[in-house]
Amino acid sequence: MDIKTLAQKIDSDKKLVSGHRTCAGCAIPIIVRTILSATDNFLVAANSTGCMEVTTTIYPYTSWNIPWIHNAFENVAATLSGIEGAFKALRKKGKIDKEIKFVAFGGDGGLYDIGLQSLSGALERGHNCLYVCYNNEAYQNTGGQRSSGTSKGSITTTTPKGKKEARKDLMRIVLAHHIDYAAQAAVHNILDLYQKAEKAFNAKGPSFLNVLSPCTLNWGFMPNSTIKISKLAADTCFWPLYEVEKGKYKLNYNPFKKLPLEEFFKLQKRFSYLLKPENKNFLNEIQNEVDDNWEELLKKSG
Amino acid sequence: MKNLNKNKYQALIGGHAAAEAMRQINPEVVAAYPITPQTPIIEKFAEFAADKKVDTEFICAESEHSALSATVGASAAGVRAMTATSSQGLALMNEILSVASGLRLPIVMPMVNRALSAPINIHCDHSDSMSARDLGWIQIFCETAQEVYEYTFFALKLAEKVLLPAMVMQDGFSTSHNVEPVKIYPDKIIKKFIGQYKPKYSLLDIKKPITVGPLVLPDYYFEIKYQEIEAMEEARKVYLETGKELKKITGNNYPYFEKYKLDDAEAAIVVSSSSAGTAKAVIDKLRKEGKKVGLLKPILFRPFPQKEIRESLKNLKIIAVLDRSVSFGGEAPLFSEIKNSLYPLDKKPLLQSYVFGLGGRDLFEQEVEEVFEELLKNKTGQVKYIGLRK
Ligand SMILES: Cc1ncc(C[n+]2csc(CCOP(=O)(O)OP(=O)(O)O)c2C)c(N)n1
Repeated sequence: MDIKTLAQKIDSDKKLVSGHRTCAGCAIPIIVRTILSATDNFLVAANSTGCMEVTTTIYPYTSWNIPWIHNAFENVAATLSGIEGAFKALRKKGKIDKEIKFVAFGGDGGLYDIGLQSLSGALERGHNCLYVCYNNEAYQNTGGQRSSGTSKGSITTTTPKGKKEARKDLMRIVLAHHIDYAAQAAVHNILDLYQKAEKAFNAKGPSFLNVLSPCTLNWGFMPNSTIKISKLAADTCFWPLYEVEKGKYKLNYNPFKKLPLEEFFKLQKRFSYLLKPENKNFLNEIQNEVDDNWEELLKKSG
Repeated sequence: MKNLNKNKYQALIGGHAAAEAMRQINPEVVAAYPITPQTPIIEKFAEFAADKKVDTEFICAESEHSALSATVGASAAGVRAMTATSSQGLALMNEILSVASGLRLPIVMPMVNRALSAPINIHCDHSDSMSARDLGWIQIFCETAQEVYEYTFFALKLAEKVLLPAMVMQDGFSTSHNVEPVKIYPDKIIKKFIGQYKPKYSLLDIKKPITVGPLVLPDYYFEIKYQEIEAMEEARKVYLETGKELKKITGNNYPYFEKYKLDDAEAAIVVSSSSAGTAKAVIDKLRKEGKKVGLLKPILFRPFPQKEIRESLKNLKIIAVLDRSVSFGGEAPLFSEIKNSLYPLDKKPLLQSYVFGLGGRDLFEQEVEEVFEELLKNKTGQVKYIGLRK
């Protein structure tokens, strides 16, 4: 599929429609609509507490044209597993004959941190569900506090001098559950995201997508730069695009010219302090880690 | 008269009595996590599921929080969904208890009462379910395995009519692990009693997509909560109607509370669950000695039947309320309900609060007898702790 056809397809997909109240420049709706358009089957969606949930459903309005549920912050995976269980039971009884796909959306807080156990339990039990992390690298809904998905160096409201710890590698944790498909994607490359969502929906058993979702408000960049920021994340190898199918790693994007992190950092308030001369060592430390991770990924994907 | 021979008696522990009711309900989804003394319920049910005696999707969740969360998901997906727990498990579910009631999902949860940590303890008291009394769940306390069995499908019917979740309590070990003869009614009859489940809304009704659990701000939240208040009020009425219907099958009564030799009594004990059995034995003994003593055993705790309890207690001289839990820094939960119920009376009976049985400490007949002896002296005072070493 070319990008124009895909754009039309996403545009004509009315599962999540306009009128929601995400910030101008928010990546979430683009990510969600791209993923939702990647299956022609009926869909049921679940959401953990966070930006996506609060902006798409303020009662008595809803932006959702498909069945959608929010239960609490840490239990989106468990909630969806109950729905999928209900579906299985009804299908066994012959009360449903259609195929239905199930998708859970959670922020990095909802899946890396407080909901990690729920996610792990659901992955291990093997429900036929797609779990998506829209990863904006912090608890943005509550004002941008750090999560274990926040990357090293990032200023958040609870790490005012910059986070000292490296972010958790959720992909590896998820893959330790022996699932058939997991991938990392980002909002600037919707063709890649779409193809990954398609594969994820068609995978046998659980699948997982970790999608970088730049946050204009708390990363501190202009609302018209979301796509540019996301692309720089890939071009600096800060956020590599790759997938793991049945244990086999595949790199989906290898920048023609790998850019230094400064190019990505200088456009965001959360990182720009790292460009000051006195922070050179810390910046180098982060650059080295990004380089090491990239080399490791190159090796893994052959 | 009913032909009792048609009904089978089975020797069942309380836990298996709950599981047997669940088998007859045959819910589409059960999601659970093990905790003593709830384990006999879910182990028995797992057997039913493995032997295909039920059509249930049995989800072995990785925690009680997830167990109830999955149950909420399943219930919102328009099917009958159940879970069961005790103590720390209920505490871990706490956050989702008010989600289940707030979303108006008729989930039924067998609850085996066990003390809350710390110190950790596996034995019975009611601190677990009392900590959940304000979260919008119907709460029913059972004395025997027979009651556990019957009130489980009773609660399902009630819950589905008023769209509120319900927990059906039994005492840890003394009920959950003790064998009693339980009269089991034929599957067909129970199936007919509970009927087909026809949810108004379902997440799996893909032609009619619904949004469940949206953000609700101050402009609507209060009204939505008020509907929940009304549903709980409605549950009082529906409870009695459901009881009348079930009586046609079992011949038993399903009152808000049981009165035992209460009508002409001068002194009475109020105590729920298995300890009521101990009280009854003592009352029989004292009655033989000509003492006018009786018992009120609360069954329905939420909604609390204040008016009816007031009517039943108003002519007593003195009442002792025996609580198997405390409210630190406040009056014990059952005592406080009874006291509130009596408030409108001009001439109020005297009231004495007792706390007993925390962490599974036994309540002996001798101790209950002493409570009555104290009552018959017509004097009340500070809260007393039965069987406590000081
Ligand atoms: C049990 C619980 N703890 C804390 C909160 C407060 N809270 C709501 S949303 C949120 C952060 C969500 O972060 P994330 O999952 O990253 O999603 P985002 O807001 O970035 O979309 C927090 C901390 C809550 N709702 N529930």
